[in-house]
Amino acid sequence: MSEGAQVSEGSEVSVAAEAGRIAVRKTYKLYVGGAFPRSESGRTFEVTDHAGGFWANAALASRKDARDAVVAARKAFPGWSGRTAYNRGQVLYRVAEVLEGRRAQFAAEVRLATGVCRDEALAEVDAAVDRWVWYAGWADKIAQVRGGVNPVAGPFANFSVPEPSGVAAVLAPRDSALLGLVSVLAPAIVGGGTCVLVASARYPLPAITLAEVLATSDLPGGVVNVLTGQVAEVAPWLASHMDVNAIDVTGAPGGLADDLAVAAAGSNLKRVLRLPPVAWTADPGVDRMFGYLETKTIWHPMGL
Amino acid sequence: MRFEYAPAPESRSIVRLRDSYGLFIGGSFVSGSSVFKTISPATEEVLAEVTLGGVEDVDSAVAAARHAYERTWSVMPGRERGKYLFRIARLLAERAREFAVVETLDNGKPIRESRDVDVPLASAHFFYHAGWADKLGYAGFGPSPRPLGVAGQVIPWNFPLLMLAWKIAPALACGNTVVLKPAETTPLTAMLFADVCQQADLPPGVVNIVTGDGGTGRLLAGHPGIDKIAFTGSTEVGKEIARQCAVSGQRLTLELGGKAANIVFDDAPVDQAVEGIINGIFFNQGHVCCAGSRLLVAEPALDPLLDALKRRMESLRLGDPMDKNTDVGAINSRAQLDKIQSLAALGEEDGAVRWSARCPLPDRGFWFPPTLFTEVSSSSPISREEIFGPVLAVTTFRTPAEAVAKANATPYGLSAGVWTSKGSLALEMASRLRAGVVWANTFNRFDPASPFGGYKESGFGREGGRHGLEAYLDVVATDVAGTLGASDV
Repeated sequence: MSEGAQVSEGSEVSVAAEAGRIAVRKTYKLYVGGAFPRSESGRTFEVTDHAGGFWANAALASRKDARDAVVAARKAFPGWSGRTAYNRGQVLYRVAEVLEGRRAQFAAEVRLATGVCRDEALAEVDAAVDRWVWYAGWADKIAQVRGGVNPVAGPFANFSVPEPSGVAAVLAPRDSALLGLVSVLAPAIVGGGTCVLVASARYPLPAITLAEVLATSDLPGGVVNVLTGQVAEVAPWLASHMDVNAIDVTGAPGGLADDLAVAAAGSNLKRVLRLPPVAWTADPGVDRMFGYLETKTIWHPMGL
Repeated sequence: MRFEYAPAPESRSIVRLRDSYGLFIGGSFVSGSSVFKTISPATEEVLAEVTLGGVEDVDSAVAAARHAYERTWSVMPGRERGKYLFRIARLLAERAREFAVVETLDNGKPIRESRDVDVPLASAHFFYHAGWADKLGYAGFGPSPRPLGVAGQVIPWNFPLLMLAWKIAPALACGNTVVLKPAETTPLTAMLFADVCQQADLPPGVVNIVTGDGGTGRLLAGHPGIDKIAFTGSTEVGKEIARQCAVSGQRLTLELGGKAANIVFDDAPVDQAVEGIINGIFFNQGHVCCAGSRLLVAEPALDPLLDALKRRMESLRLGDPMDKNTDVGAINSRAQLDKIQSLAALGEEDGAVRWSARCPLPDRGFWFPPTLFTEVSSSSPISREEIFGPVLAVTTFRTPAEAVAKANATPYGLSAGVWTSKGSLALEMASRLRAGVVWANTFNRFDPASPFGGYKESGFGREGGRHGLEAYLDVVATDVAGTLGASDV
């Protein structure tokens, strides 16, 4: 909601107008391959604010949208994983910078979505910014923490390096408008992976506004693709997709998460992240980030 | 000029196989309800009778492992656990010749390989992991990582003792107890290992070994008393276990199939590359999940390389695995031979050109000559499917990018090889190949300190090195089951 920044303090209406002027509302679309397309299905669903008032019509992503998003993520993978870790760290830090600059807008959207008070909304945005900074700093530390030299019993140089699994499907937590979203998204890409993020059906709009931040932060198009819609409709296609390498099922309710895990295993042995529920304000730790990594071991003989 | 070799058979005198083996449960051998025979694939001679583990057998093995876990092993200080593992490493080394002979008899692999590779590496695995037992807090998984509990481990027939060591050593070092199911066709070194456990005075129930067939493996993998499953074998079975674990909540690591590309650039030293290609696909009769079964050759290098390769293949000695000069032993089973033959036939039907080394095949036992296919299409079954035999599919490429694309065009991602004398090219290729192990100017090297495991459908989790410990510790990590242990992080 681009006019969010103009929402007056304490206002909880979804459409704000300054005196004497009709606001220009935003059309919330998908984010795929660096562009903002509508759903190919032509469908939308109504999103309300926390008080039940009309906010916007969000795109209702289809199976085809999910597949298009996977294609975009796959296409972006060689470039993103091929960047230096230093560069990936800089891009993630840039995301934090741009997000910080749109602090008021995001706080307004978080308030509108969840109904929390102004200070709480600002605190959530600040925590989200800090989370991008935390992961930005990780980019060029992962290989040394997660990899190493292996002292094999022979004349060989032998070392192990972490590499991204590839394309991930990330189901954003249902209960968080921004911080949970960022907390599952950043670890999926910091190591060089690309992803298709399925936004919370309850709070889909901050995810699209976050996509605007990503689109203007030097993050290559396709590294993050954002779908809005029903997790139960879209996620099964991602879980069984043969060109998806990992899935974080955080945003799926228990029964669906089981089904997704089975489909993910039975199709192409995806890496399934199903971490215990955490408070998004807590120290994120490394498990989620490392869950998207493989270990590659390289041997080369030594000798004169 | 061709020299003839006199027979140089290894003596069997060091081995005294029993007529019949029970199951190793709770520290002693117990009998089961039914039995099957294990044969030598080189002669089809019956070696011994072993027990076919059933429901009750698996139940009692899991119960013994649970008891030992709770009462003994998980509460024993790491330095004491480590001492048992050091003992086992030493015992394996002391009895190395005996293990090598039994392995070769039961598996069909050349004695040179079991003697120089399988057995020393198995011992080294225990020695390496023994040292971890009291240092787990320094491994990067938190200050005092906990074991998972009882591990159910199902291993294949291609490296019976070595796979046992890969499974048991890290599990025990981390404080878990195990129930291991050896492969149906190669149970004997595991039975011998049970004897080593007794000699080491390993507390009863810490290691339990239940022999049997695929059905026994399923019973173990599906047993609700198991906290962690480790499986090495086919991708098909791996997916089945993964689906099951997705619902059951058990932790899982998988080491599955492969269809590795071995890439030779035109600046590669030909003789070294040829040795690497030979080792890559004919080591252990090609019964190697990480075998270099697809040879990708830079177009200008193809003809001289093929000439050298065929010359070398003609010099491979196929035959009695017990002969110390044998390079290529027996195919492990009739079923595996049938599979290799049918895939080779499919390759020919598909238009690929077959060339096999002209070596006489023994009359008895299961044999397949070292074989390569040229003019292989990328869609041919011999390009795509894991043959798990001495069959090499040869194709060409023009640019490094094409080599990468072809190498990565497989659902597997276990290993890859690259041969070039240009260092920057070797490193660039190593980083672009989507595989868990990349051998540059070498192939099929293994070490307990070196993490091994696959990308994509070759499985997940690593075995060996610091990384391998993660599979047996209660750290929150990803697995297909999506069943992550409770985190105290």
